[in-house]
Amino acid sequence: MELAIAHETIARWQFGITTVYHFLFVPLTISLAAVVAGLETAWVRTNKEKYFHATKFWGKLFLINIAMGVVTGIVQEFQFGMNWSDYSRFVGDVFGAPLAMEALIAFFFESTFIGLWIFGWDKLPKKLHCACIWMVALGTVLSAYFILAANSWMQHPVGYAIDPATGKAQLTDITKVLFQNTTLTVVAHTLTAAFLTGAAFMVGIASFHLWKTKRRPETADPRKTAVMRTSLRLGLVLAVVFGLGTALSGDSLAKVMFQQQPMKMAAAEALWDTQSPAPFSIFAVGDVSKGHNSVELEVPGILSFLANSDFSSSVPGINDTAKAEAAKYGGDPKSYIPSIFVTYWGFRLMIGFGMTSFVAGLIGLWTTRKKRFLHPEFRTGETEVPRLMLTPRRELGPFLTKWSWRIGILTMGFPLIANSFGWVFTEMGRQPWAVFGLMTTASAVSPNVGVGTQIGALATFTALYAVLAVIEVRLLVKYAKAGPVVTEQPPAEDPSLRGPSADGDADKPLAFAY
Amino acid sequence: MQLHDVWFVLIAVLWIGYFFLEGFDFGIGILTKPLARDTAERRVLINTIGPVWDGNEVWLLTAGGATFAAFPDWYATLFSGFYIPLLIILVCLIVRGVAFEYRAKRSDARWQRNWEEAIFWTSLVPAFLWGVAFANIVRGVDIDAHKNYVGTFWDLLNPYALLGGLVTLSLFTFHGAVFAALKTVGGIRDRARTTALRVGAVTAVLALVFLIWTQGHSGNGRSLAALVVAVLALAGAMAATRLGREGWAFVLSGATVVAAVAMLFLALFPNVMPSTLNDGWSLTVGNAASSPYTLKLMTIVAAVFTPLVLLYQGWTYWVFRKRIGVQHIPGHNPAGALDQA
Repeated sequence: MELAIAHETIARWQFGITTVYHFLFVPLTISLAAVVAGLETAWVRTNKEKYFHATKFWGKLFLINIAMGVVTGIVQEFQFGMNWSDYSRFVGDVFGAPLAMEALIAFFFESTFIGLWIFGWDKLPKKLHCACIWMVALGTVLSAYFILAANSWMQHPVGYAIDPATGKAQLTDITKVLFQNTTLTVVAHTLTAAFLTGAAFMVGIASFHLWKTKRRPETADPRKTAVMRTSLRLGLVLAVVFGLGTALSGDSLAKVMFQQQPMKMAAAEALWDTQSPAPFSIFAVGDVSKGHNSVELEVPGILSFLANSDFSSSVPGINDTAKAEAAKYGGDPKSYIPSIFVTYWGFRLMIGFGMTSFVAGLIGLWTTRKKRFLHPEFRTGETEVPRLMLTPRRELGPFLTKWSWRIGILTMGFPLIANSFGWVFTEMGRQPWAVFGLMTTASAVSPNVGVGTQIGALATFTALYAVLAVIEVRLLVKYAKAGPVVTEQPPAEDPSLRGPSADGDADKPLAFAY
Repeated sequence: MQLHDVWFVLIAVLWIGYFFLEGFDFGIGILTKPLARDTAERRVLINTIGPVWDGNEVWLLTAGGATFAAFPDWYATLFSGFYIPLLIILVCLIVRGVAFEYRAKRSDARWQRNWEEAIFWTSLVPAFLWGVAFANIVRGVDIDAHKNYVGTFWDLLNPYALLGGLVTLSLFTFHGAVFAALKTVGGIRDRARTTALRVGAVTAVLALVFLIWTQGHSGNGRSLAALVVAVLALAGAMAATRLGREGWAFVLSGATVVAAVAMLFLALFPNVMPSTLNDGWSLTVGNAASSPYTLKLMTIVAAVFTPLVLLYQGWTYWVFRKRIGVQHIPGHNPAGALDQA
């Protein structure tokens, strides 16, 4: 028994570590691919050099990031079989389909066109080169869609039947798996959050450069400033649009979850007893063994609104939901309660950090607004650091200016934290289930993999990922700090697909080489 | 032919595609040590696969995903059973991918040397372990009545499997050398041909012993035909290399990989993982497969998208068809590395 628990615990830690780590890179990959594609399109269409340099600069950071996303993704494809073989046997018929589609449709797309984009600067005509990065962006979105459809099936299994002969789940309707409302809302929430992440990343790095230029005008390079100013504004707009999108899609997802997994949402609120109307808890100290909270700060009626769009309806509490699940699936009601500490705080940290970057975007968008909203005296040109303006005539004081830029820089990390807690919340909140209502996590592990082997694998991945994190962050910092290489010139002539370039120099060095 | 037989063929095709493609890029990684004389030459080799290695590796992910979808039990038994070798392969593939992408991102020599070292080892180890894994699949392993592998890691390192590992290692190195001769210019191209002939001779001996051994314990008529094709293709690849017909040599070294892997699958069928404990406990295309609905669905998806993948991956090879030599490596002054995006 002890060993069985260790088995499950270690496998879960490995899944948690490798997946949360993988997801640090995923949202940046999704959003930066599209941003780089947008910037390159702007360059192709306007021929403005600042867009070329912005494309190259964000493209470089994108590549450093996607490399990690790709390699940590390999583990995801295989660890179901390694650590969760009973799960794989039970769900493969259903769950394997979107995974295989992801590989065949999305991964090939992504990996092939990224190669063309990286190495194709001097080989492909501009427009075709630009199309390649759009293909990569499309690939990343498709990939997200398929894997989220698979995850949604674990949250809310549909379109299947249990084979009476084998007791295994069998797919009966793929359209239900791909298009159920869980999938649609989760995809919306995850993609908007991904773009919020990329937006905050841009805001952070652009703020770093602009603030440095502001403090030390002697280091200013107008061309770099132009790139960073454009990037800042683009990042701020994206942060506001997708911050709002994340909030709205999160609200829809919460409503879906109140229907499909009432326990998860009750746990998110540490709502022990059914209440009508139900309040939204801002702060609480819960006591799992006693089943109530000892300290609590709450806003009345809001939880009812989150669940059912009104301020008075009843929301089922943890205790009642646990009793209902025990009556349905058997066993002790307590065994159906996830870790309230993790779900309650995970939910709050997700919302808190996510919305902070949204608000930061909103404030930034206002203070750096376009010059027609400003008094002529305070207007700044395209190659200057914008002044942070409160009203058309009033600039923020030195103290607030300093902190605004600093918060701009810090914003970079907030969505990453929010994303991680979001996943921890939704996966831990589903416990004890691996597939909700069908298979518990405890019965999903590989029975034949020894605890020693598992510990070895966990230690290996943790150590490897830690080392790679240090290497990756250092590289990102190096290239982010260096800023755009404004001396680099776009190719003078549009490369032709056939034969060598027009200058006929067969020995010309490659535009890019490893 | 039933749907699960079709899927056995498709899974075989994915693995064959994987070994054909990543076979030569593992080979290139291995050859960075014996073939390249300096950093510039190592970079020439690495850049012959630069734009394509990632796409090549997706064949593995697709093989994994497709096995999960079409044969859940095969996926579960194989990866939980061969846990440690797979773990080592995963670690290698992670480091290898990062090594390619990050090597040129700093100009200091030690950083670059370390990643080059990583590229060598992380190409060599999986090239060996895939052979070990597939030899074990064909030979059969200790699988119990619940389809779980109950042997140990050390059981996987039996002589037959170790020989299988040496075969893939040498075959991929050969395939890589032939590819290097096809894709480079200058001194390295000539040396690649010489290396190909030497490695090819070793491969011929190892592969012949291994394939005949395989034919002996689990062969049939069709696998014998594949064996003959593999041997003839290998001989042809070497002859073409000697004659300096690099295009033909590559087609034939590729055909060797295709035929050799096909032989293993033909010897395996209709099993997917035979049990050495009890014939009745073997995983077969019948008892490991998904439902007809899933198989039909996946057949449609595969029929639509596989040709598309072949089309745009093939196009990539065409775009990057030019041979590379040291003169094409940008910035012999390594300080220029930062300027590259």
